[in-house]
Amino acid sequence: MERARAAAALCRRLPRRTIQRVAALVDSPLVLGRHSFTSRLFLGTGKYPSMESMVEALALSGTQCVTVAVRRLQLGVPQGKSLLDYLPRDTYVLLPNTAGCFDADHAVRTALLGRELGMGDLVKLEVLGDPQTLLPDPIGTLDAAKVLVKEGFTVLCYTSDDPVLAKRLEDAGVTAVMPAGAPIGSGQGILNPNNIRIILERATVPVIVDAGVGTASDVAIAFELGAQGVLLNTGVASAKDPVRMARAMKAAAEAGRDAFLAGRIPKKLYATASSPTSGMIAGE
Amino acid sequence: MSAPMLCITVNDEPTSLPSPSTVADLVARLGLRPDQVAVERNKVLVRRAEHATTTLCDGDRLEVVTFFGGG
Repeated sequence: MERARAAAALCRRLPRRTIQRVAALVDSPLVLGRHSFTSRLFLGTGKYPSMESMVEALALSGTQCVTVAVRRLQLGVPQGKSLLDYLPRDTYVLLPNTAGCFDADHAVRTALLGRELGMGDLVKLEVLGDPQTLLPDPIGTLDAAKVLVKEGFTVLCYTSDDPVLAKRLEDAGVTAVMPAGAPIGSGQGILNPNNIRIILERATVPVIVDAGVGTASDVAIAFELGAQGVLLNTGVASAKDPVRMARAMKAAAEAGRDAFLAGRIPKKLYATASSPTSGMIAGE
Repeated sequence: MSAPMLCITVNDEPTSLPSPSTVADLVARLGLRPDQVAVERNKVLVRRAEHATTTLCDGDRLEVVTFFGGG
């Protein structure tokens, strides 16, 4: 509503040509295998204070693709309303993850179960090294990626911010590499932007920054660096007000992406005057 | 005389079922929604289309999973 009113106000004030030019400033969708997304934010579904806050946060984030975990059902408890009942399939593409897997075989089995549940080809592959750091196990990740690509999955691969590993994963046929900005759930932001830049410079597949996002500016920075997407969960779900934070993340994603597409100025050591340096009135 | 029973393990819990039983029978007996579970038998996925035709054997180890919130 607010946006529509703003657009109408703009139409009254600006020449038609300007309006047409502004309207043409659109982004291309992010294509991952046979999926196409106009929102470049990917949200997790874990750790929300309630299902209601999750539903509202997902809606305000504008995401079109959400991650879900594959876990054992609790037996002896009637299967009431489940997570899937809150995630309408015409609104969200499900991205099953292999979170919690510490070896390639376990991750592959989990991915196969996830595909059976979701009936989709997407998987967020993660093979972790140890439960304290939750850092990716590079060897297990690469092994599992090869198997899942062969199995016909569209593999979105969580990895460390190592440019060499990112390239190896790409060579293995993953659809997107997803370097961590910082450890999962740490909220530390993008610790090594230089590595992310190198990955971005060399990658020929989409790069989605996954993990470490603490607040909106982290999302903006990821997009300003050139990331094609950002995946986050804790930053929204564990915020004091997850719904408001989801809205902030959406705004940051749009701002960061727009800034990247606009092309930022180079950073310079010395000042450059913004006002004319000639035509000054007489001084002392 | 009672019907012969199958002893299997479901998500690490010992479970007995009348023999013969299929994966679909197990899912129904557990009161689960067939469209929202995936089943692995002895570490091999059982496709949903095969739940009704996959007969369980004594000692089978099953994993029954669904989606939970995650990132």
